[in-house]
Amino acid sequence: MLDIRGLAASINDKPILKGIDLTVPEGEVHAIMGPNGSGKSTLGYVLSGREDYEVTAGTVTFNDVDLLGMAPEDRAAAGVFLAFQAPIELPGVNNANFLRTALNAIRRAHGESELDAVQFLKLARAETKRLAMPDDMLKRNVNVGFSGGEKKRNEVLQMAILRPKLAILDETDSGLDIDALKIVADGVNALRGPKFSALVITHHQRLLDHLVPNRVHVLAGGRIVRTGGPELAKELEKSGYAGLIAEAA
Amino acid sequence: MAAVTETLDTVQSVTQSGYKWGFETTIEMDFAPKGLNEDIIRLISARKEEPEWMLEWRLKAYAAWLKMDEPHWARVDHPPIDYQDLHYYAAPKKKAGPKSLDEVDPELLKMYEKLGIPLKERALLAGVDPDSVENTQVAVDAVFDSVSVATTFQATLRKAGVIFCPISEAVREYPDLVKQYLGTVVPVADNFFAALNSAVFTDGSFCYIPKGVRCPMELSTYFRINARNTGQFERTLIIAEAGSHVSYLEGCTAPQRDENQLHAAVVELVAMDDAQIKYSTVQNWYPGDANGTGGIYNFVTKRGACRGARSKISWTQVETGSAITWKYPSCVLLGEDSVGEFYSVAVTNNHQQADTGTKMIHIGKGSRSTIISKGISAGKSNNTYRGLVKMLPSASNARNFTQCDSLLIGDQCGAHTVPYIESRNPTAKVEHEATTSKIADDQLFYCRQRGLSEEDAVGLIVNGFCKDVLKELPMEFAVEAQKLLAVSLEGSVG
Ligand SMILES: Nc1ncnc2c1ncn2[C@@H]1O[C@H](COP(=O)(O)OP(=O)(O)OP(=O)(O)O)[C@@H](O)[C@H]1O
Ligand SMILES: [Mg+2]
Repeated sequence: MLDIRGLAASINDKPILKGIDLTVPEGEVHAIMGPNGSGKSTLGYVLSGREDYEVTAGTVTFNDVDLLGMAPEDRAAAGVFLAFQAPIELPGVNNANFLRTALNAIRRAHGESELDAVQFLKLARAETKRLAMPDDMLKRNVNVGFSGGEKKRNEVLQMAILRPKLAILDETDSGLDIDALKIVADGVNALRGPKFSALVITHHQRLLDHLVPNRVHVLAGGRIVRTGGPELAKELEKSGYAGLIAEAA
Repeated sequence: MAAVTETLDTVQSVTQSGYKWGFETTIEMDFAPKGLNEDIIRLISARKEEPEWMLEWRLKAYAAWLKMDEPHWARVDHPPIDYQDLHYYAAPKKKAGPKSLDEVDPELLKMYEKLGIPLKERALLAGVDPDSVENTQVAVDAVFDSVSVATTFQATLRKAGVIFCPISEAVREYPDLVKQYLGTVVPVADNFFAALNSAVFTDGSFCYIPKGVRCPMELSTYFRINARNTGQFERTLIIAEAGSHVSYLEGCTAPQRDENQLHAAVVELVAMDDAQIKYSTVQNWYPGDANGTGGIYNFVTKRGACRGARSKISWTQVETGSAITWKYPSCVLLGEDSVGEFYSVAVTNNHQQADTGTKMIHIGKGSRSTIISKGISAGKSNNTYRGLVKMLPSASNARNFTQCDSLLIGDQCGAHTVPYIESRNPTAKVEHEATTSKIADDQLFYCRQRGLSEEDAVGLIVNGFCKDVLKELPMEFAVEAQKLLAVSLEGSVG
């Protein structure tokens, strides 16, 4: 279970998150919506440990351990995965090699044996196939020269291979064609289970048609201003955020 | 192959605590007194049982050296070197002079084992005749301070007609070949350090590949500076006759010491018609500690002459060590359609200084050269690429392509690119591309978010940056080089 209490964070002394309370029980998928610049990506970065952000108040526990005290790689080993809104390019770094190094680092942290190149490729090929991605995605350099949609799909591939316990998807649906959108949703749905939870940041109801959330939260001005069921997303699609924000102010 | 795993183990154990080759070996040594004068040169020559002409050659070099000044154009900075405060000859005391591996001091063999060198090959260990072993093995010449202590696989090589032996032996056994080629690529008075080397060189390797022969295995030399206050001046000469091929590997380490040690080598390569020489170096001399104390001064002159038509010389180097590196492996492209290549990764961390690059001198019609240089600077280090591409009037339709990339880690280091281009033939084409980049925080965070430690992330990004060069190395070396890169950049971020 992810438990966020009174979380406040700033960047360059500018407060962005101003007291977030949010609980995601094990097995649940929660959507986070909200206007541009409201702090959604910031929340993802703070949860995964990006160092530019300073946590000024609050606590975050994940399965009863204090996440905020951990290095990013230790959080990854604990099962936290962030699909970046803008995935980063790593020139010269082969995607398969990158993923195998990452997977083995996590396996090591769990005291599991490392996978050799052959074992890994077998696993990776099975996932690329399931996600209807071309095999050569694995051979290419991480995100270099990938189209916007390919970058997002690559994030989903990484998630599928690393099998996190908590996936934070930051607008992974943006820029995807309709088929890809469904594939991404299926990718998450495939991981769904009693030990998996997800925070899905999105601007679009259409993702939530395929990936039905347990709860929907609206983040505005660094606070959660409204929480509801899947119907809240549909409502927002019609009426927008303006009313909500006025209400909260 | 056993030898490779051994190397990897050695390299891996390094990751724990910095420079792991820093151990000193206790072996009884035979030193020449400190200082440099004609008598010392006579002594070196006598110890090596050299013929008279060799001694004269050395004395001529010494006379030239006396009139020369240390070069100061490179972007490196060091306290003055006292050339009279060095030993110019240091050799493990020998009982009778090792004829075979069995006669080599076991302490020495132990040391090479520690270094992970495939010196005593599996075949020999198993008691099998090395000649019956397949040609995937690497023949090794190991140079310890001033002398070559063991050259393996002699017999297999000899069968192919290849001569691979310590240069001191070549001077005695193959004087005509040595006389014909020594100093013809790097003349005695080429530069201050080359002149010094010519006067006092103590050992190194000699290779001769006869006409049309593809050397049946990779040739390799490991250099080790062990003794205190000792300069190492090795000399390597490789001759590839028409249509022959050879791949030569060179690796270096030195013990960890507070004082600086001097290393001034000369390497000469000669390639005749259609011959190919591939020369790969992984240089890991002790770089000094994090405060810049100690470390090797590496002042090296390496040059290859593509004398024949369609001949090819390819330099690949991975330089992670030394306090100061001053090194410009070059090609003189005399032959028509001859090819010169230079692939380099130079890493500097802490207080290391590297001024390295290449010279491609195009003389032959249609000669081509490629330069790929990857400089990585971290800590407070300085990394300079200095390159010269020269097209002489005779070099019609010659081509050069140069790519110089610098990667900065942190904001206290420096990267500098100094390309000189001189073209005196209007049909010749020179292309130069350069980039400078930094390892970005978001790249590191991305990797760490996926579970990689910061050091692994740096290693991965750096290896990606160097890929175009690393792929030119023979397989075993490439793996070793990758690990070395990660090790030498340890502690460079965060
Ligand atoms: N380095 C920075 N310096 C100053 N302000 C920053 C910095 N990084 C982010 N911000 C600000 O923090 C606020 C929240 O940004 P964040 O990326 O979390 O928004 P978001 O909700 O994800 O928006 P979007 O829907 O557009 O992706 C924005 O106003 C943004 O400009
Ligand atoms: Mg965002």
